[in-house]
Amino acid sequence: MSMIKLTVNGVARSASAEPRMSLLDFLRENLGLNATHMGCEHGVCGACSVILDGAPVRSCLLFAVQADGHAITTAEGLRKDDGTPGVIMDSFMEAHGLQCGYCTPGMMIAAHALLEQTTSPSDDEIHEAIGGNLCRCTGYAQIVEAIRLAGRRMKDAS
Amino acid sequence: MKAASFDYIRATSLDHALSALAESEDAIILAGGQTLVPMMAMRLARPATLIDLNEISELAGITNRDGYLSIGTMTRQAAALASTEVNAQTPLLAKALSFVGHTQTRNRGTVGGSIAHGDPSAEIPLAAIALNAEIGLASRTGTRTVTARDFYTGPLSSVRRTDECLTEIRFPIWSGTVGVGFQEISPRHGDFAIVAVAAQLEFGADKVCRRASIAVGGASANPVHAAEVEAALVGKRIDPRLANEVSRAVDPILSPTDDLHATAAYRRRVARVLTERAILEAAA
Repeated sequence: MSMIKLTVNGVARSASAEPRMSLLDFLRENLGLNATHMGCEHGVCGACSVILDGAPVRSCLLFAVQADGHAITTAEGLRKDDGTPGVIMDSFMEAHGLQCGYCTPGMMIAAHALLEQTTSPSDDEIHEAIGGNLCRCTGYAQIVEAIRLAGRRMKDAS
Repeated sequence: MKAASFDYIRATSLDHALSALAESEDAIILAGGQTLVPMMAMRLARPATLIDLNEISELAGITNRDGYLSIGTMTRQAAALASTEVNAQTPLLAKALSFVGHTQTRNRGTVGGSIAHGDPSAEIPLAAIALNAEIGLASRTGTRTVTARDFYTGPLSSVRRTDECLTEIRFPIWSGTVGVGFQEISPRHGDFAIVAVAAQLEFGADKVCRRASIAVGGASANPVHAAEVEAALVGKRIDPRLANEVSRAVDPILSPTDDLHATAAYRRRVARVLTERAILEAAA
């Protein structure tokens, strides 16, 4: 077992884990942060996306020991400080950017990474940003709309 | 879908990694992990020791040196794709990278990891073989360089010894007027290619092709270099008729097999068509 110390959503956290434990399992099981969803567990579906040191990555393809000393943002980190939905979450609800909700945390993490770069992304940029995230319900159109809406809201607020 | 137990070594320098590699039985090097970690989850790979290179900053970075663009083995695919130097000096690699995976996998996946793994359909090894990049290898006993065309010995296998680690991939920089073409057929964008063709051509002021590099991936055990097609282009002005005619010379060098993605016959046919298109794209 190794002691793993990392920053999650701006808060210093630590717990021990075997080297074989994925960051995804570590977040859910050891830190109790279960917003990050486990889909395929081999890097295909994107449901487990988190931000690692500013860049979106798949948490099922990282061992938790690799994240020691690094900073992670999960879908929990997209809430406002008072715990209410942040602009991306709210836009997904507003634009019906989800149905069953399984892919949603990964989609919102991908959206967050994109909207950090630009609040007025083109449709091509949105398609590229969520190209590694599978959704089996929506047909993607409302997800694209939700991301566009979130971008507009962020732009108006700034 | 959980990896079997292993000992984890977070290497802090290349020397540390090489010592660990020399001293460990049954060790595997962990680069970006975008292929190895799924293989471990599915228990297709079950190393006793995992040597993690991700914290070694000396292995990442892009340097323009002696007519080559040297790409550190741990350079993330996303960093290489965003690099203006890669785009300007090795446009074929830049184009190939735009077909590799997705944002989340490119943020972790490395240039060297893809080369070392050697998937027959992967885009980065294809670009390396087209340009005959030089692959730098280090072990505790010394360093050596192997050209990309001599590196692979079959699918997922190479001349790299188990005590060796890739350090850099040196892509030659072409001068003059250079055009590139990269054509791929895959089930979805970002998936592994069924077949892909990479072409880089250099033209004189008279638009005559002076130099050509072409390789085909996904239609043999490893990407293959199409020397006969190249020779048939040099000294000529490229037009659709010539591209169609010379593309036929790829057929004898291919050895495709049937698998669940495509038949061997389909791969042959597509390889020919994509060669023609890649030549025209590079000449456009």
